[in-house]
Amino acid sequence: MTTWQLTVNGQRKEVAVDPGTPLLWVLREELKLTGTKYGCGIGACGACTVHLDGVATRSCLVPVGLIGDRPVVTIEGIGQDPCGRAVQDAWVDRDVVQCGYCQSGQIMSAVALLKAVPKPTDEIIEESMGGNLCRCATYVRIRETIKSASEHLT
Amino acid sequence: MAQRVRWRESMRWLLGSFLIIGVVLAAQMESKAAAANNDGLVAWGKVYSVVTSPRCINCHTATNHPEQGDDRHRHFANVVRGPEGRGVPALQCVTCHQATNADSTGVPGAHGWHLAPLSMRWQDNSDKPLSSAAVCRSLRSQTVDLINHHSEEPLVRWAWNPGLRPDGTARALPPLTHDEFVEATRIWIEAGKPCPKGHLR
Repeated sequence: MTTWQLTVNGQRKEVAVDPGTPLLWVLREELKLTGTKYGCGIGACGACTVHLDGVATRSCLVPVGLIGDRPVVTIEGIGQDPCGRAVQDAWVDRDVVQCGYCQSGQIMSAVALLKAVPKPTDEIIEESMGGNLCRCATYVRIRETIKSASEHLT
Repeated sequence: MAQRVRWRESMRWLLGSFLIIGVVLAAQMESKAAAANNDGLVAWGKVYSVVTSPRCINCHTATNHPEQGDDRHRHFANVVRGPEGRGVPALQCVTCHQATNADSTGVPGAHGWHLAPLSMRWQDNSDKPLSSAAVCRSLRSQTVDLINHHSEEPLVRWAWNPGLRPDGTARALPPLTHDEFVEATRIWIEAGKPCPKGHLR
């Protein structure tokens, strides 16, 4: 058991866990930030996606001991960012969600995509969002909503 | 008159001796070159055995995706190459692969995890390894400092410290030690980078 200093959604947090503990479980169990979901546990579904130093990252695969001083942003904090706000607003406007379980991961990936490519093509959306699975198959709405959000970003 | 005949005889001997020495030296040089070429080809065979091992060739694909595992299956999670071999914006290599191995979750890692460029593909479009002759000629045409690349590049060195699989077992290593691999590379280069004859696919 080791004590770790983390910056999560702009706030300093301290947790005492084993260095091999995946970030996902630190967020959910230690910090009670349950918006980030456990899906597959092997990085195959994208439900656990957070931003680690701005990079869309599968939190189920990254041990807390490898985070260092890189800031963590979760679905609870992404709305503080203009791009994140635009994506969340577009998500509500377009009523993307069906069951909703995968959607926090989808939004985190969508924000990472739009920050890198503000006006993405269908092909780039398909490739970039290809690691985020949705059992309700809301893929078409997700793609259209990413385009909609991009129109609100300068 | 007799003096002139002796002089001619001496010259003949001298020229003959030079000729014999020249022939012997040329034969020795040819023999040495052939030996060096042979040593180089043997060294190349060792280099080829490493670069086509799963720890190396899985990221030297000709396709739009990397491979994983000792069976070299297509990388899961719809991972794609991307424009610079580092994935695409929301699905980069570093979305999962950190700067070091994550043994508690079984994800391999090293600094700058990425796919080799297509100019260094060592497979065909059907994911079959290229022949020894083809990989050799490809590597011979590269402008990188191969000794430095093979001895220092973090992703190359990672192959000898590949971490644990998700089930906790150790990943298989290349067939040579890292030192043997670098030494084989050096011998191959010093021999003039000879390549085996054979088909180029």
